Amino acid sequence: MRTPVMAFLAGTATALSVQLAVAETIYVSNELDNTISVINAETLAVVATVPVGRRPRGLALGRDGRSLYVAAGDDNRIDLVDLATRETTGHLPSGEDPEVFAVHPDGKRLFVANENDNLVSVLDISRRRLIGEVEVGVEPEGMAVSPDGKFVLCTSETTSMVHIIDAATLALVDNILVDTRPRWAAMSPDNQQIWVSSEIRGTVTVIDAATHLEIGKIGFEVPGVDRQLVQAVGFAINRAGTRAYVALGPSNRVAEVDARTFRVERLYLVGQRVWHLALSADEKRLYTANGNSSDVTVIDLEKQEPVASIGVGRGPWGVAVGP
Amino acid sequence: MTRTIVLAAATALLAAGWLAPGWAADRKMVVIGFVGLERPLPSRVGPLDESPVDEGVAGARLGIADNRTTGKFIGQDFRLEERRLGSASEVSEAVHQLASMGIRFTIVDLPAPALLAASAAAEQAGMTILNAGATDDRLRGADCRRNVFHLAPSRAMLADGLAQYLAWKKWRRWLLVVGSGEGDRLLAAALRRAADRFGAEIVGERAWTFRPGQGRSDTGHVVLQAEVPRFTRSSDYDVLVVADEEDVFGAFLEGRTDSPRPIAGTHGLVATAWSPVAELWGATQLQGRFRGLTQRWMTARDYAAWMAARSIGEAATRTRSTDPATIAAHLGAAEFLLAAFKGEGLTFRPWDHQLRQPILIAGPRLLVSVSPQEGFLQQGNRLDSLGVAKEETTCGLQ
Repeated sequence: MRTPVMAFLAGTATALSVQLAVAETIYVSNELDNTISVINAETLAVVATVPVGRRPRGLALGRDGRSLYVAAGDDNRIDLVDLATRETTGHLPSGEDPEVFAVHPDGKRLFVANENDNLVSVLDISRRRLIGEVEVGVEPEGMAVSPDGKFVLCTSETTSMVHIIDAATLALVDNILVDTRPRWAAMSPDNQQIWVSSEIRGTVTVIDAATHLEIGKIGFEVPGVDRQLVQAVGFAINRAGTRAYVALGPSNRVAEVDARTFRVERLYLVGQRVWHLALSADEKRLYTANGNSSDVTVIDLEKQEPVASIGVGRGPWGVAVGP
Repeated sequence: MTRTIVLAAATALLAAGWLAPGWAADRKMVVIGFVGLERPLPSRVGPLDESPVDEGVAGARLGIADNRTTGKFIGQDFRLEERRLGSASEVSEAVHQLASMGIRFTIVDLPAPALLAASAAAEQAGMTILNAGATDDRLRGADCRRNVFHLAPSRAMLADGLAQYLAWKKWRRWLLVVGSGEGDRLLAAALRRAADRFGAEIVGERAWTFRPGQGRSDTGHVVLQAEVPRFTRSSDYDVLVVADEEDVFGAFLEGRTDSPRPIAGTHGLVATAWSPVAELWGATQLQGRFRGLTQRWMTARDYAAWMAARSIGEAATRTRSTDPATIAAHLGAAEFLLAAFKGEGLTFRPWDHQLRQPILIAGPRLLVSVSPQEGFLQQGNRLDSLGVAKEETTCGLQ
């Protein structure tokens, strides 16, 4: 898999080689292999494979910059991976069946979706103790904390709602009905909008964070692909709040959306059943985890095309980017 | 007990519009009926089999629990009113009784004639029937009813799902083995139709007429070892397709057929709406919830009843209404979409009220495939290559 990539890189203009020389590391959770693939973003080579707990899905970097948190759903815990040694050094309690979690901007608390128990658990990271839980809808999945740290978002898949939780009091502020089987949620960088993807309806709904009213709905069409297979799953919004990138699941595409007009600008062909994605630190690249083809697609956002495909473990699900 | 009576009374009052919406802790109640027959404890074919007494209704109970979790965020509540009858002759009376309580949606797990009786009794009360048991094609064809929605797949859908997979495998020559039950005869008809549609040839057909249930006696295996090879002797075929809905003899075939050929149908590679081996598309979560509730595996019957309860919940959530007419209208509307762990949203066919759904091809321990298969996709909805399409329907709903 690496050979064509390297050949491609070697045969490309110097400017591009420089641009691709990104000193960062990509972490991918392999749901079926119980591992994390560690990829050097400069060479696009898998440089380590770290064994973690069973059914790893959600993952995120700690605010200390030294550890990676990995939700091991079947082991009911969050594993801690040391970024320097690339070894699992311990774990945090998570409640049952953690799937996705979000770290509060203050780095002290972590909010976990417990998919089997219809709960969001709140974890005190330094004390390694659960300090609260919030009852939400059936099969909580997507988790996010607003950049200002005031609100926690949780989507419940079978209930089809986004739950807004006050991060300080843990009170449910509102429960907003969205399109069927919502998978992922995020607050826009300016804290003004709530974005939620719907897997089965294949849409992204944009909600005003102040009024809680819908202000936009993004639909997707992929020529030659059945409408039912165009499903919206993970997404990422850039820091400026101008662009959003939406993984379209079994249609094997990622959509680039103008985050101001909600217009779909273009589609990128990626690997099979793309789950989640992450932007590089310089936001010039997008990395996607493709569950069925067991690879990661690298999209060059300046050239506006996929430039590499990297084989990882079986069932890649989540992606995180670190230094 | 007191609570039940109070709730029932409140429901009747609510249905009659006598209570302000703010009553009952601000949650408006939707009561869903369930009518099934008490089944004799199934005799287990093999020692590993489970023999649930709550098959079907347990799925409806889980659907209600899911609805309640969702409902608490928008002021809705759900309850199941169960009727398990000793005889099909009691169906009309049971439906009338549920209707008199103000119930306007009833999930039924009944054979076709009893379902039609339920539909007729429901008609007068403006009640909608959700079929979670009967797979009969006539209920989606000549005997279709406007007030019935079908969550269970039809036999034609199951047969087409299997035939597509066998066609994909290029296992085109079938030996068809049919049991003596009415359902077996109907499934065989659906399989013949499917063979025709997807280019298979039925090279031989056998009717199983042996006495049932000897597989586990001390000498049972000796008898079967002699009987089954004789029974399955045939000109060459690729796959033995078995129609044995009541699980009378299908399990005896594996490992004993005259030629070493795979077995498919109701046994072996099973075409079904649901199976304990389903784990794709988040199905693990549904399986886990069901097992937590019942300590057993979820069957296709449980799954259909779960979908029935969830359909009502979904319609109530989407319309933000507990008004029966509003909910019923949403079930029949183009926007209706049910998420049921099949990888895509499920909708009702307007021409016969059948829920479109992928059909699993399940092995004994793992999922083998899911139909429709690539290459058989229809114009319009990809799921319409399974079962009776709009052009072929004999149902006059549209």
